[in-house]
Amino acid sequence: MALVARAKQGDTAAFEQLVRQYERQIFRVAQHITQNREDAEDIAQEAFLKAYGKLDQFQGNSKFSTWLVRIAVNESLMRLRKRKTSRTVSMDEDVQTEDGAIPRDFAEWRPNPEQLYGKNELGEILRKTIQGLPPGFRTVFTLRDVENLSTEETAEALGLSVPAVKSRLLRARLQLRERLSRYFHQTSGGSKS
Amino acid sequence: MTCTEFLSKLTDYFDDHLEADLIADVKAHVKKCSHCEVVMDTTRKTISIYRENELYEFPDALRDRLHAAIMKKCSKSN
Repeated sequence: MALVARAKQGDTAAFEQLVRQYERQIFRVAQHITQNREDAEDIAQEAFLKAYGKLDQFQGNSKFSTWLVRIAVNESLMRLRKRKTSRTVSMDEDVQTEDGAIPRDFAEWRPNPEQLYGKNELGEILRKTIQGLPPGFRTVFTLRDVENLSTEETAEALGLSVPAVKSRLLRARLQLRERLSRYFHQTSGGSKS
Repeated sequence: MTCTEFLSKLTDYFDDHLEADLIADVKAHVKKCSHCEVVMDTTRKTISIYRENELYEFPDALRDRLHAAIMKKCSKSN
């Protein structure tokens, strides 16, 4: 917090230290949500610029990183909305239209995916799979499971209630599981009896 | 515990936020329901595989460029 306090008093070196500390995370969050590297670069710049301009508004009620992530998420979702595509961006629409809570694939993943695929191929599968998730679910999954934010921090960063985060997280996880099963489930013989 | 109830408890189970009696219920359910056992196992693997594999590289050249761009924008805004 000392660094944030110094940055709020106009200490540029302290702000630069904060940038250094969080630029990787902010870039990664933006890239996960937008699925586009150039957009993620722009968003990271905008997010830090906004944070810099609004430092005096940061009250310290939440972690600085959560506050920063919230700015980056808003920028990322705005960027998605601007894209000329028919895909939905609204988190609420995701919830209404995607039925992701009913598992259908019950095959085990054996051998483990890491044994089945090389690192590059596995990375490709994971990227392709998360890309197919509705943006609202992808965002919740990214913050909670990739960035390791707590449920409460995720709720705060997204402006959602804790139960809403939990429900979307479950659906996101189950949808990803279902999609990954196409690649990872055992193909030879012997389903569990 | 039914399969639907099991699913509704899964997030809290993974997060270790369940009361002891519910943990016991979840464990008892997966012992007798092979479908839910697979769902639990593969969902856990889904989480860990995304956690352990960095999907997007952040090479030094990109970090340097991004860092310089951020600081330039911020200094201009002063």
